[in-house]
Amino acid sequence: MRPFRFDVARSVEDAVHRPAPGLAYLAGGTTLVDLMKLEVANPAAVLDINRLPLRGIRSDGPGLRIGALERMSAVAGHPAVTSGYPLLAEALRHSASPQVRNMASIGGNLLQRTRCGYFRDVRTGCNKRVPGSGCPAIEGENRTHAVLGTSDTCVATHPSDLAVALVALDATVLVHGAGGRRALPIADLYLLPGSTPDQETALRPGELITEVTVPALPAGTRSTYLKIRDRQSYEFALCSAAVALRMRGRVVREVRVAAGGVGTRPWRLPAVEDALTGRAPRPDVVAAAAAHAVDGARPLSQNRFKVLLLQRTITRAVLSLVDGRG
Amino acid sequence: MTGQADGDGVSRRDLLGRTAVAAAGAASATVVPGAALAAGRPAAGAAAAAGAAGSEATIEVAMTVNRRPERIRVDPRVTLLDALRDRLALTGTKKGCDQGQCGACTVHVDGERVLSCLTLVGTVQHRSVTTVEGLADGDTLHPVQQAFVDCDGLQCGFCTPGQVMSAVALLREGHTRSDGEIREYMSGNLCRCGAYNNIVQAIRSVRPGPRSR
Ligand SMILES: Cc1cc2nc3c(=O)[nH]c(=O)nc-3n(C[C@H](O)[C@H](O)[C@H](O)COP(=O)(O)OP(=O)(O)OC[C@H]3O[C@@H](n4cnc5c(N)ncnc54)[C@H](O)[C@@H]3O)c2cc1C
Ligand code: FES
Ligand code: FES
Repeated sequence: MRPFRFDVARSVEDAVHRPAPGLAYLAGGTTLVDLMKLEVANPAAVLDINRLPLRGIRSDGPGLRIGALERMSAVAGHPAVTSGYPLLAEALRHSASPQVRNMASIGGNLLQRTRCGYFRDVRTGCNKRVPGSGCPAIEGENRTHAVLGTSDTCVATHPSDLAVALVALDATVLVHGAGGRRALPIADLYLLPGSTPDQETALRPGELITEVTVPALPAGTRSTYLKIRDRQSYEFALCSAAVALRMRGRVVREVRVAAGGVGTRPWRLPAVEDALTGRAPRPDVVAAAAAHAVDGARPLSQNRFKVLLLQRTITRAVLSLVDGRG
Repeated sequence: MTGQADGDGVSRRDLLGRTAVAAAGAASATVVPGAALAAGRPAAGAAAAAGAAGSEATIEVAMTVNRRPERIRVDPRVTLLDALRDRLALTGTKKGCDQGQCGACTVHVDGERVLSCLTLVGTVQHRSVTTVEGLADGDTLHPVQQAFVDCDGLQCGFCTPGQVMSAVALLREGHTRSDGEIREYMSGNLCRCGAYNNIVQAIRSVRPGPRSR
């Protein structure tokens, strides 16, 4: 780990008015400290933001508000979340381990970095880490990498489970910077890699995530987060599906579908949603709709299996809700 | 109850019991408040005292460790794990992966289980830390430690302090209704020896409610 200056932020204003270059905000540290040890992240200054008043989990009529420093475990176990937003609770419970969930914050979770082995290894090239240094994953170890949203410079997967659920729920991220506050739809937070994979989010330098808001789902909506991984627990998704579904009689009235583990960012699937809406969700209809998930997919040498796995994951998730098993 | 034949079990149980007690004893004998501070590098201390704002500046951290107040001056890069092991001589907490992936370094901060290898010690300022050395009451092992002994919840023992700290927290969290739930909520603690069945058995033997699955 390289030397750095350690400081504690006294207020949100104090935090956002510090000179941004070389400064890293520290929440739970489960991404940042790990990457600093690997010398992938080398901040000159680390600002502990844990004393900032960015706490609270509140549910009112129109939605849920979660302070950015709330811990994953607190959110997963909060009665307002388990009763009103079970999709979030489920995505969080299937993330990491109890110890990591006790440490990790919601803001940090959204800004966690890819688990790509080349990104994490400073001895190799990586366009995300060092622009222009190449992407060894494209011809190398790419079994866990993305099939959607990739470019010729980067195929890294976005690892957050929570972000997938939040994308399905149309959440908004509130941010605070030196220039004031603004609200970003979560879908706009994440950028495609394109030719600049080092630029991952729409946040401006020094902007702090303060809160995440989630609109309430209409009554009668059922949801599930289905996560497929190499081992049963304490593992990132090879593929995951967040589905929220509301029926009217025997047809689908409204459905949201998002996927994780397969995209360079949390991946909403409007084509799948359109193919299901207004239809009776028989298994053949659901499978045909799920096929739209891989429109434009670009599999790599070792991750071709994700093309089929994604369709099956979505199909199984949707049918579990239709059958009432979800 | 444990299903473990006595002939084989005795020596190992005995060994674990003594090791755990010895570790707890060693901690209380050697760690005195201020000792760690005195052991700090003078050069680093001087730089900080001079108010150096550069990246070399050290930080002073006051925390409670196993109910004892401690104050150490460290480079801000020091993790809680390294502070416990190298500065406070509490070597019960183990360094497995040092990357958040194995759980060997699990301790409690303000009563919650966390990974000390991913915790910068500066963030523990004024907080309360419990390590495996802080569980026993004198010569009497914590019920979870005793259950690991009784159920042979270990082989080499390297993961055991982390397993025990995780299990103590798990019992408080209450996710022990079934073996499946125990396994899920213990999944942050890997055991290279594969002692999982006996670990689950140990936790089952001390959870409130039914002793069997
Ligand atoms: C072994 C292991 C397994 C894991 N498994 C999973 C998994 O299965 N699913 C999953 O989703 N995640 C998983 N994770 C990732 C984990 O969820 C993230 O590391 C965690 O959520 C990050 O939160 P943090 O508070 O620790 O962030 P930090 O490490 O403190 O910060 C992460 C980044 O966000 C920035 N930041 C933090 N808070 C803010 C804020 N409020 N505003 C602006 N910037 C901020 C920091 O500067 C840093 O760049 C795993 C992690 C580990 C170590
Ligand atoms: S040493 Fe901390 S998790 Fe492995
Ligand atoms: S007992 Fe050897 S690693 Fe668990």
